Amino acid sequence: MASSKVVVIVGSSVAGVRCAQALRSEGFPGRVVLVGEESELPYDKPPLSKQFLAGDWDTDRVSLLTAERAVELDVELRLGVAAQRLDVAGRRVYLADGLALDWDAVVLATGAAARPSPWPAISGVHVIRTLSDARALRADLDADAQVVVVGGGFIGAEVAATASALGRKVTVVDPLRTPIGRVVGTSVGEYFTSLHHRHGVRTRFGVGVTSVSGTAGNLIVALSDGAELSAGTVVVGIGARPNDGWLIGSGLLVENGVTCDEYCRSVDAPDVYAIGDLARWFRPGLDQHVRVEHWTNAVETAVVAAHNIAHPDDLRAHAPVEYVWSDQYDWKVQIVGRPAMSTRHELIGSWDGASARGAAVYSDDSGQLRGVVTVNWPKALVVGRRLMSTGETFDEAMAQLGALPSAGTR
Amino acid sequence: MPRLLADVEVCQGYGNCITGAPDVYDIDDDGKVVLLKVEIAEPDRGRVEEAARSCPVNALTVLD
Repeated sequence: MASSKVVVIVGSSVAGVRCAQALRSEGFPGRVVLVGEESELPYDKPPLSKQFLAGDWDTDRVSLLTAERAVELDVELRLGVAAQRLDVAGRRVYLADGLALDWDAVVLATGAAARPSPWPAISGVHVIRTLSDARALRADLDADAQVVVVGGGFIGAEVAATASALGRKVTVVDPLRTPIGRVVGTSVGEYFTSLHHRHGVRTRFGVGVTSVSGTAGNLIVALSDGAELSAGTVVVGIGARPNDGWLIGSGLLVENGVTCDEYCRSVDAPDVYAIGDLARWFRPGLDQHVRVEHWTNAVETAVVAAHNIAHPDDLRAHAPVEYVWSDQYDWKVQIVGRPAMSTRHELIGSWDGASARGAAVYSDDSGQLRGVVTVNWPKALVVGRRLMSTGETFDEAMAQLGALPSAGTR
Repeated sequence: MPRLLADVEVCQGYGNCITGAPDVYDIDDDGKVVLLKVEIAEPDRGRVEEAARSCPVNALTVLD
């Protein structure tokens, strides 16, 4: 692209920031503008439920891009202003402050928002998605009161682990009997339930929440089995939904995210890209459109979009091996592939308590490797990722992982 | 030539760098990053910078 071209990136979280950086690494010489709704300098989200919430990391440690670094990269920051409307034909994005930006290519990276609590309570009920969410939750966790976490997925489990480490009594509630089982399968998911119990965190799984009422310090969580839990603080971690409302009326196909081709381009406009949690792209290999809310996917789509903008004659498809991690209590959990698409699995190593160091290896009926879940064993995860990327069989994966020097010991 | 740094104290073994640049980064049995090279050729800079930026804990640096 010529140096007079303009790329506007809408969204200043990890996908947007990494895209701006990657445009420079890819040699894009033109103007790059990064628009963000929040006035905070860009920050990273995974620590918000872990190290930042625990108080171990400060704001500097979660920074994604300083003002100085933005200047060095020649990236213009337009923070504290939301994008309101995209004019695809006119190649312009309208901002909430009344100004507009013209673009030759636009990258949509407005991410996803925490699904809000459906229960009206005056105070003390939190979601955790943004830095200000994390600050507010942290302030309430300083009170010596019981914590109820609604939602037993990754965010809920991480918040429960952090709150428990801060000395709070914690109960996690989820309508599923094995919440993490949705990702790793029911039988492996049971180990994650035991992980809560081993740290003194109670679980009420298989039970729904019918209401949350009261105020901070004095909340009542009513359950579908008639029980009531009292809590000082409630955290609602029930998923996220894409921030795509501002694109309704743009003419782009928006259905649970922006529908894209395999190159992360809108199916309606090749100079409109969508990345990160917002993108529902055509996933080669699965031959369907998928939307993935993982940090690594955000970074990978950012690089793909930047490459494709800078090198339109050398389009790169986004065909990832899915990867996500979660740090819960004394377990470092890493997941590669799509274990939920498997029909069987085998365990390697130890899945026992604090000394766990193990892998779960997943296969489909054809004997194809479908995923690997590791606990406290990054080496096995890296090997598993390689095996997934080269399309190995389950038997080959078991042989290679079983032959690792650290298999079964710690 | 660009030089590479890796902070093994910060590294958590997420492994993203290895997916991005397997000729440059590897992992040891303790789950810590291993540099396979300490210098890279200038044409590799962009690719290796992108791999370094895929580290969730900023353990990797590409120096001029």
